Amino acid sequence: MIEVKNLCKAFGERHILDGMSVKIQEGDLFSVIGPSGTGKSTFIKCLIRLLDPDSGEILVDGEDIASTKDEFRLARIRRKFGYLFQEGALFDSMNVFENVSFGLKYLTDIPKSEYPRIVREKLALVGLKDVEKLKPSELSGGMKKRVALARSIAVEPKYILYDEPTTGLDPVMTGMVRDMITDMRDKLGVTSVVVTHDLKLALNISSRVAMMYGGRFVECSAPEDFKKSANPEVQEFMRISGIK
Amino acid sequence: MKKLLGRLGHLFIELAGTLGSAAIMFKSVVFWSFMSKPEMSEMAKQSVKIGVDSFVVTALTSFFTGMVLALQMGQTTRNLFNEPLYVGTIVSFALVKELGPVLTSIVVAGRAGAVVTAEIGTMRVTEQIDALYTLGTNPSRYLLVPRFFAFLLTLPLLTIFADFIGIAGGCLVGSSQLSIPAAIYFDDVLTYLSFKDVMHGYVKTYFFAFMIAMVSCHKGMNTKGGAEGVGKATTEAVVLSMVLVLVLDYFVSSMLVAVGL
Ligand SMILES: Nc1ncnc2c1ncn2[C@@H]1O[C@H](COP(=O)(O)OP(=O)(O)O)[C@@H](O)[C@H]1O
Ligand SMILES: [Mg+2]
Repeated sequence: MIEVKNLCKAFGERHILDGMSVKIQEGDLFSVIGPSGTGKSTFIKCLIRLLDPDSGEILVDGEDIASTKDEFRLARIRRKFGYLFQEGALFDSMNVFENVSFGLKYLTDIPKSEYPRIVREKLALVGLKDVEKLKPSELSGGMKKRVALARSIAVEPKYILYDEPTTGLDPVMTGMVRDMITDMRDKLGVTSVVVTHDLKLALNISSRVAMMYGGRFVECSAPEDFKKSANPEVQEFMRISGIK
Repeated sequence: MKKLLGRLGHLFIELAGTLGSAAIMFKSVVFWSFMSKPEMSEMAKQSVKIGVDSFVVTALTSFFTGMVLALQMGQTTRNLFNEPLYVGTIVSFALVKELGPVLTSIVVAGRAGAVVTAEIGTMRVTEQIDALYTLGTNPSRYLLVPRFFAFLLTLPLLTIFADFIGIAGGCLVGSSQLSIPAAIYFDDVLTYLSFKDVMHGYVKTYFFAFMIAMVSCHKGMNTKGGAEGVGKATTEAVVLSMVLVLVLDYFVSSMLVAVGL
């Protein structure tokens, strides 16, 4: 379980996160929505300390990591997470095989001889075959995202964080990525946090949806209840997203 | 006036911040140098990229520098004494103590330093640095330590090669244009040049290598603002390294002179 209490983060004078609190249960598919620039990426980056929060608590399975300076402890907590970056963030000096097996080397004791099997298996999970030798520059946008997902599930994380998984993809690819996210939950049983401005996607796949506005969650509920929310920001966002 | 002071104050705070974050980066490079198994393949790869690939340019630079030094010295001494004197001595002193280390460092800063900043900067703006953290690797360990190692290993070696090549260039001009036989040229070199002089130039290269590694890695790690930011960071890194080579050269030289080197 991930529990966030009163998380704050400012860049200079701008308070991007301003007292965020939320509990994400095991098995949840939790979506954070909000317009671009509200600080959704900032929020999930703080969750695994890619950014240092100014104050607040982040309890991952009961262990507070919001302010620890201990590199090894942080690495141990980060080990539980897979992270799908907005543009994939594949290492462009390496081919697909080296990218997907990268975490195995640093996070597990699996012998090198097993890598080809694991890489093939994870690529198959995201619907790719025979791409091991290609460089990231030779992949399309959708393929990059899938390879990036294969890379983050290679070490079998307990949680997966998705940053804008469908942004910039065509409708067909969007559908595929959506299925991929629900697959990860159904097949691997992971707990997911999806950050997106795509409200339709969020309502479609999530067990809970939270709306971020002004540095806080102004609404956090199951999709059916979310649609009925009386909160003016939620209603406005639903209106511009073309839902009701 | 008030505005100017405000500006200055701002600059000063920025400078202090930069030095602070550079110190933190240095600490983490030292920490990871000792706390982890070295990334042998990365170190080899970077040494090739930083050292071997710079060799042709540094060799050409010192070859022609040696040639022009011999030419000018030969002309000057011929005008003064009617024959070219001490050409080998002057060329070798100038190269070994100053021009070898300084010119090699400037070329490496421009060539390899730019590559390092652009590469790390691109990784920063495309979130590949963040990805390293999520995959269990500290970027200091995986990116910075091998690059520091490569600069510190290859820049002194490149300088030694440059010294030899420059002296050879001087010899070529001496024998072909100034009619100084090679034997006399090398006698001039070896009679006066001492081990201490060679060490003076050699020790300096470690300071330059460290500074270039620091500047190019730090600028790369702190890149902001997409492709445009990468270009800006790269230019800044190269200009700063080149200027600092010359500034550092004076201070390190006077320090070495003070301790008797
Ligand atoms: N490293 C940073 N330094 C300064 N400002 C930042 C930084 N990262 C993000 N911001 C600012 O914080 C705000 C929220 O950014 P972000 O979390 O990326 O939004 P979202 O992911 O919701 O689109 C943006 O206005 C952005 O300009
Ligand atoms: Mg974002």
